Amino acid sequence: MTAGIAYADVEVGTELPAASFPVTRATLVRYAGASGDFNPIHWNERFAREVGLPDVIAHGMFTMAEAVRVVTDWAGDPAAVVEYGVRFTKPVVVPDDDTGALIEVTGKVAARLDDEARTVRVDLTARSAGQKVLGMARAVVRLA
Amino acid sequence: MALDQSFAGRSYPPTEPYEVGREKIREFAEAIGDANPAYTDPAAARRLGHPDVIAPPTFVFAITYRAAEQVIRDPGLGLDYSRVVHGDQRFAYTRPVHAGDRLAVTSTIESVRSMAGNEIVDVRGDVHDEKGEHVVTAFTKLVARKQEPATGSEGDAR
Repeated sequence: MTAGIAYADVEVGTELPAASFPVTRATLVRYAGASGDFNPIHWNERFAREVGLPDVIAHGMFTMAEAVRVVTDWAGDPAAVVEYGVRFTKPVVVPDDDTGALIEVTGKVAARLDDEARTVRVDLTARSAGQKVLGMARAVVRLA
Repeated sequence: MALDQSFAGRSYPPTEPYEVGREKIREFAEAIGDANPAYTDPAAARRLGHPDVIAPPTFVFAITYRAAEQVIRDPGLGLDYSRVVHGDQRFAYTRPVHAGDRLAVTSTIESVRSMAGNEIVDVRGDVHDEKGEHVVTAFTKLVARKQEPATGSEGDAR
């Protein structure tokens, strides 16, 4: 359960490599099958509009899964993530075209938590169409 | 309709074990587009010290949410399930989920409250393996909104 990044090499403010994750209707259909979440707001435009949404929206858990990839790609071993939480603040709206939407994720080290356990807190931001889609997105990461 | 506050603190019996399969993890990793070999290659996972391929951090939600659903659909609680959206989600890991795990979820209603006409239920799902050892706890905040959804600004409706 160790990571590739050394605790000693990380400071508050250290930025993680940013990443962007495209999401199309096909992505959502695939995620629905893999996760077992078949709520029609994630694939049925008519239904989404009926319940007051602007269009089909991505699963919040899909966005949560993509955002933490910035952390797991940085740390090397996904097991380095010992805690991870988000607030779902805005939906990622996914239009019915070939481009879909883009989830843009950045992260930086916000605190060194425990010298003994070599844990840091990483704060993440996730944006789509210029809006923050996650709030309080934080991961506690155990470094080498 | 007011929620029954006496449900706060209530725990439900552990679920029947969910057996985590390599191919289910692979399917999930592919669905989120994550090519990390720890999710698909047992040898790569073993090099990191894991007994088999591990699951991406949010994989376990499919298991804990299924357990939480039984709780929030409990008619005694009085939650209008059709108005429920997913407010917050948090996981606290003792170790990653790996292929071969047989996981049982014990759900507990941590709190039940009303705020500005919304009804908010916090459900905790403690996930244990076959030996009874803790793997991960999922904290799920569900919000039943006051009115019919109208703005589309409230996050992930479920």
